[in-house]
Amino acid sequence: MGERIRHLVIKEFIQLLRDRRMRAFLFIVPVIQVFVLGYAATFDVNSVSTVVIDFDRSSESREIIRRFTSSGYFSVKANLTEDREVIPLLDKGKTLCVIEIEKGFSERLRKGIPSEIQVLMDGTDSNTAMIATGYVHSVLKKYGSPKGGTDKSPFRTRIWYNPDLRSKNYMVPGVISLIVMLTSLIVTSMSIVREREVGTIEQLMVTPIKPVELIVGKTIPPALICFFDMILVTIVGLFWFNIPIRGSFLLLALCTAIYLLSTLGIGLFISTLAKTQQQAIMATFLFFQPAILLSGFATPIENMPQVFQYLTYLNPLRYFLVIVRGIFLKGNGFDILWTEMAMLFLLGFLIFTLSSVRFRKRLN
Amino acid sequence: MDQDIAIEVKGITKNFGGYTAIKNLSFSVTKAELFGIVGPDGAGKTTILRLLMGILLPTSGEVMVFGVSVGRYPEKVRESIGYMSQRFGLYEDLTVEENMEFYCDLYGVDRKERKRRMEELLDFSGLYPFKKRLAGHLSGGMKQKLGLTCALIHRPDILILDEPTAGVDPLSRRDFWRILYGLRNQGMTIVLSTAYLDEAERCTRIGLIYRGEMPMLDRPNNIRSSLGISMVEVVLSETSRARDILLRNEYVDMVTVYGDRLHIGLKEKEQMDSILDMLRSYRFEIKGSREVIPSLEDVFIKRIR
Repeated sequence: MGERIRHLVIKEFIQLLRDRRMRAFLFIVPVIQVFVLGYAATFDVNSVSTVVIDFDRSSESREIIRRFTSSGYFSVKANLTEDREVIPLLDKGKTLCVIEIEKGFSERLRKGIPSEIQVLMDGTDSNTAMIATGYVHSVLKKYGSPKGGTDKSPFRTRIWYNPDLRSKNYMVPGVISLIVMLTSLIVTSMSIVREREVGTIEQLMVTPIKPVELIVGKTIPPALICFFDMILVTIVGLFWFNIPIRGSFLLLALCTAIYLLSTLGIGLFISTLAKTQQQAIMATFLFFQPAILLSGFATPIENMPQVFQYLTYLNPLRYFLVIVRGIFLKGNGFDILWTEMAMLFLLGFLIFTLSSVRFRKRLN
Repeated sequence: MDQDIAIEVKGITKNFGGYTAIKNLSFSVTKAELFGIVGPDGAGKTTILRLLMGILLPTSGEVMVFGVSVGRYPEKVRESIGYMSQRFGLYEDLTVEENMEFYCDLYGVDRKERKRRMEELLDFSGLYPFKKRLAGHLSGGMKQKLGLTCALIHRPDILILDEPTAGVDPLSRRDFWRILYGLRNQGMTIVLSTAYLDEAERCTRIGLIYRGEMPMLDRPNNIRSSLGISMVEVVLSETSRARDILLRNEYVDMVTVYGDRLHIGLKEKEQMDSILDMLRSYRFEIKGSREVIPSLEDVFIKRIR
C-alpha cells in the first residue's frame, strides 16, 4: 500500500516540475503575492495630496501649513489664492484634501476669539478620508494646545501587537493562508481532472491501486508544496518585510497541516465536479473569491451583516487567518488558539471525508 | 468449472439512469482465444469491456474471470488482466521508460524482475531507441505500442483492448496484429473491441453487439455472410458535398455522415474500389478507407427491402 502511494507521489512530482507553467505557479506566484500584498495592498494613509488656500497670509497661517507638511501625512501640492480653483481639483481627483484658512485668522487668534479653518475632504474612498480626517484633527489639536505645555487630555491610546499600525504586518501573514488555499485547490483538482481528461484515470483504475491510495497519493504532493510555500512566505516576511513572528513556528506548521485537510478536501471536491481543466480553474475561483471576502482577510467580519457572519463559520480561511495573525503578531499559543484549531480540524475532517466519499463514487 | 474458460459472463445488465446499455448478456471466452467484441459505434462495446474489468459494476448478473467473481474481488482479478483503454491512457509528459516504470510500480513488479521485463518489452515493441522520449512526442502507432507494453508489464493471462487500432496508420496496424498473434501463440487470452470488419475477421471468434445485445456469436466468416450489406468508412474533407455526389451513384445504397467520416453502404462489396476512384476523380482527398460493421438499422433496412 505504502509503496504504491510513494510511487504515485513521485510520478506527480515529475509531472508537476516538468511543466514550466506549473513551476512558475508553484514557486514564483507566492513570492509575487507577498510583494504585492506587502507593498501595494496597504491601508496605511500617508502623503495625502493636499491643497492649501491661505487667505490670511500671516506667520500663524504659515506655521499651520508647515505643521501639516512636517507631519508626514500630508503632501501640500499647491497653495492657491482663489476659492473657485478648488472645486475642479476635487472633481478631477487631483487632490483629496483642501485646507482653507480664512482672512483675519491670525488677528482673531491673537485677540483670543475662536477662529476657524475649513477642511474639505474627498470621501469617495471613505476609509482613507476617515483616517486623513483623524490626522487633520491631531495636527490641529497639537497646534491648539498651549505652547510648550503638555497635553492635559486624560485619554492616551497605546496600540499593542502592531504599534506602528503597519498594514504589512497584517497582510503578509495573511498571504500564507491565501497561497496555501489556492495552491492546494489548483494542484489537487488539476492533477485529477487532467488524468480524467486524458483518459489515464481509467488505466489507473484497472491496476490494483485502491481508491484510498489514489486519494492519498494525489493529495500528498500539493500538501508538501503548500508547506514549502508557507515556509517561503514566512522567510520573505521575516527577512524582507521585518514582520515579527512572536509565536511558535512549529505551531504554525501544525495548524497549516490542519488547514490543509479543508483545502485539499475542497480541491478533491472540485475534481469530482469538473470535467475539464478549465472547469476546474473556474470552480476554484468561484470558491476562492467569496472565501477571501468572507474570511476577514481585508475587512473585519464584525462589520458584515449577520447572515454573512454566520456564513464565515463555514469558511476554513476564517479560522486559519486568526491563527496565522495570532501566531505572528500576538505570539498566541495553543491555550488561546485551540478553539480555532478545533473548529478548523472539525471542518477539515468533514470536508475531506465527504469529498473522498464523493470521489470514490465518481470513480465507479 | 470448465478448466478452459477464461472469462464467463453470466446474464449481465447495465443501466445508466433510465437507459439500459447492456441487456442480459451472457457469453464465455475460452483460454488462448482471440475474441472480438464487434459492433458499430455506440453499440456498447466499451461498456462491456469495462464490465469485464470491473471498472463498471453490472446492475445485475456477474462476470467471472478464471472462476473468480470480478464484482467481489476486483483487485485480485485485475492482477491477471492487462487492459488498454481506447485513448491508450499514457502520461504524455512522462518518457516511455517512466510510463513503464510507473506501471511496474503500481503492479508491484519487483526490482530484479523489472529490469529484465522492461528490456524484453522495449525490444519486442521496437520502442528501445525511444525509451527516453516523452510519450506525447510519439507517433500514433508508437503510442499504441507503448500502451500495449504498459498493459503487458505485469505478465497478465488475459489482455483486454478497447478499439486498439482506432486512429493508427495501416502499417502500424499490421505490426500490431502481428504482435497480438504472437501473444496468443504464447497462450494469452485476448479480448478486443472493434468497429472494423477487417479486424473482426482476424479474430478466432466474434460476438456481434447491437444496442447492448449480442444477437450473434460465431466465427467471423459466418457473421460476415449473414450481414448481407457492405459498409465502407471513408475519411475525407467536404463530407456533405461527397454525400450528394455518392447518392447519385447507382451502386450506393445509403450514405451517413459522421463528422469527417462517411459511411457508405454498397450494394456489392466489389464496387468499393470503383467508388473510391470516382471520389478521387472529383478531387476529394481520401485520408483513409476501411470496411466497417454496419449498424443494425442498416442491416434491417437492407433485409426488409
